[in-house]
Amino acid sequence: MNIFVLLKRTFDTEEAIQLENGEIQEDGAEFIINPYDEYAVEEAIQKRDALGGEVTVVTVGPEDADKELRTALAMGADKAVRISIEDDVEDADHVTISKVLATYLKEQDADLIFAGNVAIDGGSGQVAPRVAELLDMNYVTTITALEIDGTTATVTRDVEGDTEVIEVALPLLVTAQQGLNEPRYPSLPGIMKAKKKPLEELELMDIDLDEDEIEAKIETIERFLPEEKKAGRILEGDMSTQVSELVQLLRTEAKVI
Amino acid sequence: MRALVLAEAREGALRNVSFEAIAAAKQLTDDVTAVVIGDHVQSLAQELGEYGASRVLVVEDDRLKHYTPDGYGQVLRQLIEQESPDMIVLGHTALGKDIAPKLAARLDAGLISDVVSIEGTGRDAEFVRPIYSGKAFEKVKFKDSVMFFTIRPNNIDALARQAGASVSVETPAVELKDLAMIVKEVVRKATGKVDLAEAKVIVAGGRGVKSEDGFKPLEELAELLGGAVGASRGACDADYCDYALQIGQTGKVVTPDLYIACGISGAIQHLAGMSNAKVIVAINKDPEANIFSVADYGIVGDLFDVVPMLTEEFRKHLVNS
Repeated sequence: MNIFVLLKRTFDTEEAIQLENGEIQEDGAEFIINPYDEYAVEEAIQKRDALGGEVTVVTVGPEDADKELRTALAMGADKAVRISIEDDVEDADHVTISKVLATYLKEQDADLIFAGNVAIDGGSGQVAPRVAELLDMNYVTTITALEIDGTTATVTRDVEGDTEVIEVALPLLVTAQQGLNEPRYPSLPGIMKAKKKPLEELELMDIDLDEDEIEAKIETIERFLPEEKKAGRILEGDMSTQVSELVQLLRTEAKVI
Repeated sequence: MRALVLAEAREGALRNVSFEAIAAAKQLTDDVTAVVIGDHVQSLAQELGEYGASRVLVVEDDRLKHYTPDGYGQVLRQLIEQESPDMIVLGHTALGKDIAPKLAARLDAGLISDVVSIEGTGRDAEFVRPIYSGKAFEKVKFKDSVMFFTIRPNNIDALARQAGASVSVETPAVELKDLAMIVKEVVRKATGKVDLAEAKVIVAGGRGVKSEDGFKPLEELAELLGGAVGASRGACDADYCDYALQIGQTGKVVTPDLYIACGISGAIQHLAGMSNAKVIVAINKDPEANIFSVADYGIVGDLFDVVPMLTEEFRKHLVNS
């Protein structure tokens, strides 16, 4: 099995978001592997262990992302590739990133591609299905289980709480939903080994892509924080008074019931 | 400008987000065509007209009973070719999230996902969408592609229904090749009929719910209010409920009219998923719980006392009104 994982480096979920001049402040923030991509890495490793082959983790991003790639290698991935576009591209959107990834992957002859179903920063969930379409590959999103039998996959997917079981042929791209597995923590020997595993850096010219071909189609006008919520009222009195007051307030003041 | 809106049916009925998608398109253009796809969906066309679509395209095939990106992709690619719309609108639902990026990639178009509001009209319209699960927002616009966007349920109001509105219903010719993906089985979860993303009322439980059984009083309240049950990561990790119910930065981001948080401490990851709800009620034993900092109304008390009392109180009022 030739297995690939699409990985994104994101803000830690613990981080509050701060803006300065309309830009998200990254100074001092903790970064992590996008949590949904962690499930993807784990599943890729498990499938390789069961079926043989190799796991390559791919990201598009600056040098900082090497840390997250090393973490994936320490978990057990075999190789990592970082495609660096920041010197060539000013504005990147989903069109940009998906074309970069698809152009690289076209030459790789992947049997299975794993990704997270959404990144917790941008929150669009576009890149993975776009990559599948650009590769003319079948895809299944938000999966919670995956069985491979020869060249056929049986995939269980979460659809807003319902469960679908789908049969589809490889090659296949899938995106991970929570519940797919329990991602492992890198072990100490894993971390030591990861330092020696190959981490390749590529630029646009290495994959024969011109910046004109990957221009963004969406433009950001501004970013802003939501209005801060004022702390509300803590009700008082004995419990039955509080409960009837609450119902009264929801009906007459908040008018939501 | 011509807009194409993909309507979505669930168990034979149109989803509210489809009417909201028509309303979103109508904000930008008058020329709105709705598309409905399935095995028996002809009967839904009139209703789409009554919510603002001037034309409805109906595509029926037994093989389209279940959504697959392959089946819907084939149909929509052909319809987009026939109609050459300037704008394509879908709900940001499981289906919309799955199919929209595929179509956008094929069209080499930008796609703005999860829109919560639209400002301006025509090509210059600006779209507001949450980032970092609602910890921040961004305003974006299209540079030069088809205006292709998905809207978050429950944020853009549907138009008032015009009963008996005239609508032109068409059944365009579409060729469907054998499907590469087969849906073998669909299991509906018994978590009530209301979808979490579309629910107007959500009753959510955290670690304080203590067990799977502990969700029962929450389910009763949710059912009475026509809402859905959600959960914090703590409750899911402790196996009190399924991950499908999880609300937060991992999990679902929801914006109901009323969010009742029961036994939820209010970790920043959870707040990201729900703090944009219109009204938040917090019920927690711990008066210091962080959830109270975002709540409009708070009751300090044991959820196992408060929630059943609340259900009773609502029942009295709902019977009287």
